[in-house]
Amino acid sequence: MAEPKPLDVLTRPIFDDNQMIGRVVLGVCSALAVTTKLETAFTMALAVTVVLGCSNAAVSLIRRHIPGSIRIIVQMTIISSLVILVDQILKAYAFEVSKQMSVFVGLIITNCIVMGRAEAFAMKNPPLLSFLDGIGCALGYSLILLIVGFFRELFGSGKLWGYEVLPLVNEGGWYVPNGLLLLPPSAFFLIGLLIWALRTWKPEQVEHEG
Amino acid sequence: MARDSVGQTLTVATILCVVCSVLVSSAAVGLRGRQEANKKQDQMKNVLVAAGLFREEENTAGEVNAIFEENIQRVLIDLETGEPTDPNPVDAETYDQREAARKPDLSAPVQPPDGLGGIKRREKYAFVYEVRDDSGQVEQVVLPIYGKGLWSTLYGFIAVDKDGRTVRGITFYQHGETPGLGGEVDNPRWKALWKGKRLFDESGRIEIDVIKGVVVAGTAKAQYQIDGLSGATITSNGVEQLVRYWVGPDGFGPFLKNLRQSAPGGIDG
Repeated sequence: MAEPKPLDVLTRPIFDDNQMIGRVVLGVCSALAVTTKLETAFTMALAVTVVLGCSNAAVSLIRRHIPGSIRIIVQMTIISSLVILVDQILKAYAFEVSKQMSVFVGLIITNCIVMGRAEAFAMKNPPLLSFLDGIGCALGYSLILLIVGFFRELFGSGKLWGYEVLPLVNEGGWYVPNGLLLLPPSAFFLIGLLIWALRTWKPEQVEHEG
Repeated sequence: MARDSVGQTLTVATILCVVCSVLVSSAAVGLRGRQEANKKQDQMKNVLVAAGLFREEENTAGEVNAIFEENIQRVLIDLETGEPTDPNPVDAETYDQREAARKPDLSAPVQPPDGLGGIKRREKYAFVYEVRDDSGQVEQVVLPIYGKGLWSTLYGFIAVDKDGRTVRGITFYQHGETPGLGGEVDNPRWKALWKGKRLFDESGRIEIDVIKGVVVAGTAKAQYQIDGLSGATITSNGVEQLVRYWVGPDGFGPFLKNLRQSAPGGIDG
């Protein structure tokens, strides 16, 4: 494999190799819970970006010393510690948001993208590249989260970032909100549509049977 | 040392654990002060929210302290008698109500034993927050409540009018219910349904009821009923149970009874 270029590593995971809606579909669980509002989606995206970038860099930094038999545990320990750090910082400096996100910041530990990248990329590449790969994958994830959050908040509660855009009927306006969008399954529908759109745009990402 | 040898494995594991635990614990210790302050302010804010004195759209977090100081008086009461504790058995400044429920000398068994879900003991002394109007008369009281939902213990406040029987507001400030389903106990629209509902009938019997589905307006029972949360039957039942417990004889019942009797024209069975 030729040495990857830093810029490629950073941008490829956004459209060409998106970890969430590309060839692999990972990290969807958190997208269901935190995307009812743009604000929480953004905080989640930020938290995942920090965790993913740092965990990739940290794993890559010690990749030559990690014994094969305990490598998954080592990765998990690093990821968990970073997640706890992020959670503690949010609780101290962004209390309101962290309350709304409740357990989902903690659940970044189980976000498959984080571990997937540690195992698939950071174990084989130098720290800077791994860091960029982490940021890139996180940007791909963030983009999806924000798109889903945008539609769910706009059509589910008629607001964007908490500001009223479509005046609701029960507050004297004209818009009848779509309650389904506030429930978790709607994120599935939206992500499904996004996968469809991406694969129509880039048909090479469709997996072939047989 | 070879990378996959036992020695290397143990060394890496040990170093990693030490580094990570130092990181995590120093963050936890270093940020604790701020987190505690946030929690305290959040609690004060929720007292105000339950009392209808704080609106998310109008007020900012910075105003919490001032509004609280201006309107609220915190009183420690003995749950058994419903009277303010005198002399104070505990130091009100340092009294931690949640901690007290776990201490044998400061707690009592929940009666009846299944009255509060899986919670077996409750504190003997509780804070009530009196909201006074400009002339210094008690206008409403905010009571701390908690109980089990589906996954978690819900902590919140309920505001009761000076008549001792009408709900003025309810709020939950801490829970771990499913976001979007049971987590909707936070939803302002659902919380607004509680406003004006009656806790007791004329004879003082607890009637408040979170029903399945939507309350039919105009029926005799409608004044006691609240729509259940769809998709969250267990959380809804939990909320009903905890509200009924805390306004009941083992909770703030005696306190509310005193309140009803002292209210102008108050009668009580």
